[in-house]
Amino acid sequence: MKTFNIGGVHPEENKLSAGSPIREVQLPKQAVFSMFQHIGAPANPVVQKGDVVKVGTLLGEAGGFVSAPVYSSVSGKVSKVEPVLDASGTRRMAVIVDVEGDDWEESIDRSTDLVKLSDCPKLDSKTIIEKIKAAGIVGMGGATFPTHVKLCPPPGKVAECVIVNAVECEPYLTADHRLMLEHAEEILVGLQLVMKAVNVTKGYIGIEKNKPDAIALMTEKAKQYPEIEIVPLKVKYPQGGEKQLIDAVIGRQVPAPPALPIDTGAIVQNVGTIFAIYQAVMKNKPLIDRIITVTGKSVKQPSNLLARLGTPFSQLIEECGGLPEDTGKVIGGGPMMGKALLNTDIPMTKGSSGLLIMRQDEAKRAEVEPCIRCAKCVGACPMGLEPYLLAKVSEQKDWEVAEREDIVSCIECGSCQFTCPSHRPLLDYIRLGKSTVMGIIRSRAAK
Amino acid sequence: MNLILLAVIALGAIGLTAALLLYFASRKFAVHEDERIGQVSAVLPQANCGGCGFPGCAGFAGACVKAADKGSLEGLLCPVGGQPVMEQVAGILGMAVEASAPKVAVVRCNGSCENRPRLVSYDGAQSCKVQQMTGMGETGCPYGCLGCGDCVEACQFDAIRINPETMLPEVDEEKCTACGACSKACPRQIIEIRLKGPKGRRMVVLCNNKDKGAIANKACKASCIGCGKCVKTCEKFEAITLENNLAYIDAEKCKLCRKCEEACPKGAIHAFNFPPRKPKAEEIPNVEPQKAEQ
Repeated sequence: MKTFNIGGVHPEENKLSAGSPIREVQLPKQAVFSMFQHIGAPANPVVQKGDVVKVGTLLGEAGGFVSAPVYSSVSGKVSKVEPVLDASGTRRMAVIVDVEGDDWEESIDRSTDLVKLSDCPKLDSKTIIEKIKAAGIVGMGGATFPTHVKLCPPPGKVAECVIVNAVECEPYLTADHRLMLEHAEEILVGLQLVMKAVNVTKGYIGIEKNKPDAIALMTEKAKQYPEIEIVPLKVKYPQGGEKQLIDAVIGRQVPAPPALPIDTGAIVQNVGTIFAIYQAVMKNKPLIDRIITVTGKSVKQPSNLLARLGTPFSQLIEECGGLPEDTGKVIGGGPMMGKALLNTDIPMTKGSSGLLIMRQDEAKRAEVEPCIRCAKCVGACPMGLEPYLLAKVSEQKDWEVAEREDIVSCIECGSCQFTCPSHRPLLDYIRLGKSTVMGIIRSRAAK
Repeated sequence: MNLILLAVIALGAIGLTAALLLYFASRKFAVHEDERIGQVSAVLPQANCGGCGFPGCAGFAGACVKAADKGSLEGLLCPVGGQPVMEQVAGILGMAVEASAPKVAVVRCNGSCENRPRLVSYDGAQSCKVQQMTGMGETGCPYGCLGCGDCVEACQFDAIRINPETMLPEVDEEKCTACGACSKACPRQIIEIRLKGPKGRRMVVLCNNKDKGAIANKACKASCIGCGKCVKTCEKFEAITLENNLAYIDAEKCKLCRKCEEACPKGAIHAFNFPPRKPKAEEIPNVEPQKAEQ
């Protein structure tokens, strides 16, 4: 069975909610739509206080090419347009809507009938990409990079295949797993749409073998599409990293930056994104909801929820039995790459793949001890870097060495910190170094 | 015998040629350094702190000599040595130096544990810069001190330390040389290098919060809410400006009348090094809460 070649770790899987079917969450009383739900330029609000909006009404238009529009996921009245605390930990511009009823824009097809690619012979590559762009779809694995940008390779680069990231290597999270079990057909059509958009004839879906039911179902359903191949993968973190997945599935390595994954001829899309693409192209539905896993050892009812964007996290937690008393941390995302939230009133966004509630004893970081030069972090780094060195030089602000040691290649997966027996905050410092070095490189390029 | 003589002659000839080569090479490639650079360097404090904006004391000495050749030492100041050192430098270079007012580092945040409640706890790497990347920090104020002590680490003169009670950095004015290392180390630009003022007396807005009044007020008891009362009291001197919901006192225009301190409903304006006031001191705390409610 395939997997990527360098490094990797095996955190406890803890897929507590794998058996829980997707449940729809009630509408919130008030929905908050951040204009910063993606990487790139923020969206610009196009509504004002007092405007009446429906489900699917445009709230913010894309602020540039690398940007995405934001749509309302509820109907009601705009009560405020002002900065709100979001998952990044800062206050940023958002549109707040007071919910009244559940009125949908008429252009959206709300039926659940499967529309196959063969039913729409007129669809061409340009239309598909335009629709994806207009629907505000971004990478839903958590990176939130605008999808239409990824589907337009820079001049001179040619796509050869599409790889669907259905690995879900983060412990605890099961949103993608449930999505595959419940919407397998739609995902396959979605993948065909992406393949058509970038004009390739080969599609892969990479699934880790800890989801045997999903592998079996997808393989069964994919039999009717000979151009799609299901690739079972060995379980290893961070297989869901774009570069690791390309290595695992087609055995090609992405060169160091500034090279892009497209240099290997592969376009990688998360399975959640693929489903959103299907809905956008075939059903005219902009990105207004997503599946999110709410889980944790102390949570009464770990679940996979279908929630409208803008719903406060507190409501999702209530849906799963409320916030346990001994909660130490609430993490947006998975335990490896997620970020602890400042409070639970923060609204969910396009990139919210999970909500992990940790007990106080789990959440506490162990005491930091001196580095014992065991080089476990070096062995674990999936990018072949030397995390102990990068962390040290970042701490000492020696940016030249950090750059020479390729700190910008770091994918911030956290394998080094996970594996460190001295519990050193390696990634904390590497992140600092990476952002500083990237700033230095940018300012040098600007000159 | 013949053999020994031959060897001595041969070696002597090689040695002579090499010596000649070296002699001419050293003449040809000699680096002529202005001797004044060395002299200026000698009077500098040799702290190599970079506070002057040049790479170390030698770099500053070079810059001084270059500036002197152009005719003026304006804009060059060794913050560590201050006026006496600059006079010596000017003496060596045969220039006159204008008097510059002494400066000091000021921490523009009064968000002590009492004023600014901790909402969450941060347990990552103990560095302000790392904590800054996670967003708001431990309190509700995205502009206030993070308290990990990057400024303490940056100070070469042991002039700044974290007060364990307030968890805020405090500047030792005697030791501070205003080199600006702490100011550069602070990811939130809280520390300002300000004029020290006559007898060290100065008025400073001890807040860096640029949020709107209601949000700033909620985050911290001692925050500037941008109400503009201080600006009005200072209409005569126009020393106070309000930008981005934050008042700023221009030290050069400030006449040290302390009226703004009384006007501030939040107590965000502080008077440094003034003798204690006798009659009014007790009244002020009673007035404050009422004004804050308005």
